[in-house]
Amino acid sequence: MRALIFALALCVPGLAFGQAAEIAKPDAAVEARLKGLAEELRCLVCQNQTIADSNAPLALDLRNQIRQQIAAGRDDAQIRAYMVERYGDFVLYRPPFKATTAVLWLGPMLLIVIGAVVFLLVVRKRRGVSAPGAVAISDAQRAQLEALLEDAPLPPPEAKPPKRAKR
Amino acid sequence: MKALRYLIPLAIFGLLVAFFAVGLTRDPRQVPSPLVDKPAPAFKLAQLHEPQSVFTPEDMKGKVWLLNVWASWCVSCRIEHPLLVELAKQRVVPIVGLNYKDKREDGTQWLKKFGDPYALSAYDIDGRVGIDYGVYGAPETFVIDKQGVIRYKQIGPITPEALEKKILPLIRQLST
Repeated sequence: MRALIFALALCVPGLAFGQAAEIAKPDAAVEARLKGLAEELRCLVCQNQTIADSNAPLALDLRNQIRQQIAAGRDDAQIRAYMVERYGDFVLYRPPFKATTAVLWLGPMLLIVIGAVVFLLVVRKRRGVSAPGAVAISDAQRAQLEALLEDAPLPPPEAKPPKRAKR
Repeated sequence: MKALRYLIPLAIFGLLVAFFAVGLTRDPRQVPSPLVDKPAPAFKLAQLHEPQSVFTPEDMKGKVWLLNVWASWCVSCRIEHPLLVELAKQRVVPIVGLNYKDKREDGTQWLKKFGDPYALSAYDIDGRVGIDYGVYGAPETFVIDKQGVIRYKQIGPITPEALEKKILPLIRQLST
């Protein structure tokens, strides 16, 4: 008898912690839609996690909220709108394109364009530098040049290399 | 042309410094609420102290009031609590509590221990009303005007500075 009471007492903390649980009777289709939605929504408590990944109580509440709304027959756009109404565009990992998010969406492209322009300008400038230096020569001139190079005296021996500094 | 060569990187550097100077002083946890300047979401909740009585924001129509989200488990709530108790004593503005995802007993005990600045507290056991108000980090405080429109949201504890510079002037302006 005493052992039984003791065993029951041990269960109590388990019960207390058991309250924060996912809704029971998972339904595969609902869970799949939930996963798709939850992976696109930011958990505002941990900010860099989606509400699918997060174990924060709020993320759990929001997952249950989404489950209920799916069960109530609301579509994905409606559920997303529900979240944005409450938490703002920041909950969306893919925020809509509007005036306040224009820099976010266009910034990287703008940087790529600037980079490409700078790259092209530099390349063109280099080409401009080397082109006037290059002089077209005839075959005869080339042969003469090679002959000259063959005959050229060896360069004077190099000066003794400086002693390496001891490390 | 030669000067440009040095000025462009300098300008880019200056721009970066400007971005960092602004960005680093901001708190990424303060997400601007889309609810500001929108009507406060309606709800009907039992009160914390009197479970048989119901509170709805409709009851506060015609008054400027504060809705303060708190819980006995919320550590930061204790930081702002003395400020709320002080504010309640001055009778500037009615403060309604939203006891968020708490146990009734814990909530009432907590108020007994630290003082009760609230005209009443609504009891939001499952946090549904909290979700409607976009609550993600208690404590949060909403300033709601006479027409029932949210005019300001404080995320995190009310600091003396936020109270003096933002909340009180706004209440004064809305009350006239």
